[in-house]
Amino acid sequence: MDSVGPQLRHAGLNLEDDPRESRHQVESDVFGFWIFLMSDAVIFALLFALYGTMLGARAGGPGPADEFKIGSAFVETLILLTSSFTFGMTSLCLKRDHKPQRLTLWLALTLLLGLAFLGMEIHDFVTMVSHGATASRSAFLSGFFVLVGVHGLHVTFGSLWILVMVAQVATLGRDAKVKINLIRLSLFWHFLDVIWVAIFSVVYLQGLIVPGGGS
Amino acid sequence: MSTPRRRRTETLPYVIGYGLSLLLTSIAFGLVWQHVLSGHTALFAVLGLGLAQILVHFRCFLHIDLRRNSLPDLQLLLFSSMIIALMVSGTLVVLINLHSRMMGP
Repeated sequence: MDSVGPQLRHAGLNLEDDPRESRHQVESDVFGFWIFLMSDAVIFALLFALYGTMLGARAGGPGPADEFKIGSAFVETLILLTSSFTFGMTSLCLKRDHKPQRLTLWLALTLLLGLAFLGMEIHDFVTMVSHGATASRSAFLSGFFVLVGVHGLHVTFGSLWILVMVAQVATLGRDAKVKINLIRLSLFWHFLDVIWVAIFSVVYLQGLIVPGGGS
Repeated sequence: MSTPRRRRTETLPYVIGYGLSLLLTSIAFGLVWQHVLSGHTALFAVLGLGLAQILVHFRCFLHIDLRRNSLPDLQLLLFSSMIIALMVSGTLVVLINLHSRMMGP
């Protein structure tokens, strides 16, 4: 039993119990999922670039300072950060062979936080649309809705995936496949959090900075 | 199986990551909310804090570090960053150039 070694690499796996071959299998499966995540990162990066170039293209429509609310962006951030933490706890539960109920509980908590985030985001979008800030109003708003909307879609599918995993844990228990799906889902969820950090910095905070006389 | 000590070394990254990300988020929002900084200074501060937070997330939540067994992940990450830098800077150059040609005086 090696002390603190490879098994730390992907929390959520009882690697020390698995035979060497399945360990390698898991590593290459997870690596494959990393490649998917990176291709997703390219999509987001280009949407960010698009948003950046459209910042000035308001066509006389509302700008960031009129439409973004720092309070709700902050709360959404807190919700998403907390959900990343609860998913971390899910991974640890998976690894430590607690009762499946505890694993499901953390998963359900993460799902609730994800849904709360989505609810707030939809509410924000609806308020924006209700006073005329629709995606077709200006290139700036198109860029905003595409970038933030694609992230929201990812969270939606992540939430669906959590539901599927809750069902899999309930019916299949925690066999190797369920474990590796949960590891993939954890990477996906933490990755969405990273994207959100970029969104609140580049979109919300950048848009709300007072132009001021600062150099 | 898992000794209390190992449990702690496994839980710690998540707790530290959560704490650090809350701290960095609060500083970034505080700077803008309370108008502590303005203009370019604020922009660079916010982007710097965001970048720091992304590194914290990769280190604490996604378990990317400089140890040998996460090297392939790190290399993939660095390669993707290069691709992203190329594509994003290319997009910016082309679109800003186009903008200045079409919208200029």
